[in-house]
Amino acid sequence: MDDIEQYTRMQLIRHFEDRCEELYRATKVRGSLHLYSGQEAVAVGACAELGPVDKIAVTYRNHGWVLARGADPRRLFAEIFGRSTGCARGQGGSKHLGDWQRGVFPGNAIVGATVPLAAGAALAARNLRDGSVAVATFGDGATSQGVFHESLSMASIWKLPVVFICENNRYAEFTPADRMNPASSYAARGLGYGMETAVCNGMDVTAVRDAVRQAVDRARDGAGPTFIEAETYRLCGHMTGDGEQYRTDEERAHWAGLDPITQFEHHLLDTGLASKDDLIEATEKARNTVDDAVEAAWNDPLPGADEPLLGVLSPTWKESA
Amino acid sequence: MTATTTQSRSRVSYARAIGEAIDLEMEADPAVVVMGEEVGEHGGVFTITRGLLDKYGPDRVIDTPIAEAGFAGIAVGAAAAGLRPIVEIMFADFLLVAADQLLNQAAKMSFMSGGEIQIPMVVRASIGAAAGGPHHSQSLEALFAHVPGFSVLLPSTPADAKGLMAAAIRSRQPAILFEHRGIIFAKDHVPAGEHVVPLGQAAIRREGADVTVLSYSKAVHDALAAASMLADRGVDVEVVDLRTLVPLDEETILESVRKTGRVVVVHEAGLSFGPGAEIASRIHEQAWDQLRAPVLRVGGGDTPVPYSQPLEATWLPGQERIIDAITRVLATGG
Repeated sequence: MDDIEQYTRMQLIRHFEDRCEELYRATKVRGSLHLYSGQEAVAVGACAELGPVDKIAVTYRNHGWVLARGADPRRLFAEIFGRSTGCARGQGGSKHLGDWQRGVFPGNAIVGATVPLAAGAALAARNLRDGSVAVATFGDGATSQGVFHESLSMASIWKLPVVFICENNRYAEFTPADRMNPASSYAARGLGYGMETAVCNGMDVTAVRDAVRQAVDRARDGAGPTFIEAETYRLCGHMTGDGEQYRTDEERAHWAGLDPITQFEHHLLDTGLASKDDLIEATEKARNTVDDAVEAAWNDPLPGADEPLLGVLSPTWKESA
Repeated sequence: MTATTTQSRSRVSYARAIGEAIDLEMEADPAVVVMGEEVGEHGGVFTITRGLLDKYGPDRVIDTPIAEAGFAGIAVGAAAAGLRPIVEIMFADFLLVAADQLLNQAAKMSFMSGGEIQIPMVVRASIGAAAGGPHHSQSLEALFAHVPGFSVLLPSTPADAKGLMAAAIRSRQPAILFEHRGIIFAKDHVPAGEHVVPLGQAAIRREGADVTVLSYSKAVHDALAAASMLADRGVDVEVVDLRTLVPLDEETILESVRKTGRVVVVHEAGLSFGPGAEIASRIHEQAWDQLRAPVLRVGGGDTPVPYSQPLEATWLPGQERIIDAITRVLATGG
């Protein structure tokens, strides 16, 4: 994924999420959405370092990750609209979007559950010897879950090829992250389980890439898991409709000033990796992709009321005659 | 791939039979792995996985820390990504420690992906109240039958233990097999080699004309003993071993109901909101005209399982209560 593609994907995510916010306010979406605006550098930076058979277990704040991995925005909007053309045929909705062809598990609404899933995918990678690695993404809040600890412990003792990425966006739902962590940092949680840890600036896609690259290389070399704390910030509420009384305008403005997309623009222009026109073109492309995807998905059909559900239990082993 | 049996049969324990099924499937496919506490070096606290570590090595026979939620969750992720894990949960009571991973993750992952992801995972857990007290005695099959996503298997014989274990693994979907500690070392004839019992196929253990007793797992033996005693009094009891709750063999059940018109469901799990309630309901709805009396149920007590022997004996659906229920159903209605 070259730099322009990374930039395009970050813009795609931002436009996608902005559109989701609009659609929600226009009451065109059932239920609430958990948007990723502001955190784009983490998903895009990480995905830029992954190969085609690597796996990612994502939370309900999943749109950014699925898009970063290259999923078709139309299928995602279709799922958000509950259409039968959605990536899960309308069975999951926004918070469970995934793309298994690209190794992305459906989004998980159980906080912490991504951690054992990724460790498990890594166990499969070890046994199948397919050279793949697995990534678990989760928020700061998830580090309070029991399975988080259990999974880090097992990943470490078995040296599983997994990368644990904690997106510390400073809030566990509506509560400041620091109130819920007895340790000095979130990265310290990884230290406790004997694995390499790193803290990176989650608003800087190049910093995320560096951290993830090292972790992925370590995993593929058989040296086991890494815990990465990516310091980031969501420029939107925990979910659509969140009044955000728990944080100040000053704080939001401060972090908006650190917008990862703007930072990357400066980096690309300053280093000559892209021209202003390149960036304008990429942004236009992202905007058009979103517009087209929304229009197409909105016109897709809802499933029939008696539509058979897929992925339900139907154990069929019967003795052949 | 054929199911049955060679002519040579031998008396093998229920535990060994399960071990044989696992061994055969592990031999056939390197993706099949075993995970759990003490399953490797120790061979399993009930000896079921004895010998597997030596044969297949630590990458495939994995001794886990005491972390049911963690390793059950790891098994789900591994199953999605291409392994076929068999997870041992030492006592069914500890399934609750892994409740989210089993009932929210394993049971729903395929659905949430619109059918794109498969979870070929088998969970094994031991049941059977016997001096274990409140945390080592529960039968929780109703929970797994109620939350959609798992096949629920409860073999009563060594041959069925082998056959259902094989079917569970081959189904490549989430399955839970409950092993009753009261019969785990009982020996009986088990077909050598490959042996598979289809899911959703009940077995008539004793033919009879007067009353149908539906049961599974160890309670089948209690029902057979009761039937024996009642035969002396001229009562002819048909004992149907359901074998699996999900899928449930409604056809065999209804056939028996048509024949006798009187039904008693017997299970060790607590009576209220238990499997018997679901089965009775279905029979009432589907075979009302054939019934001569309401379906009765015999189940465990509606409290945690007590430790002291007389208290535990009262809690359990023993001989007396089974015979009493059969007698009552014969005396009721037309």
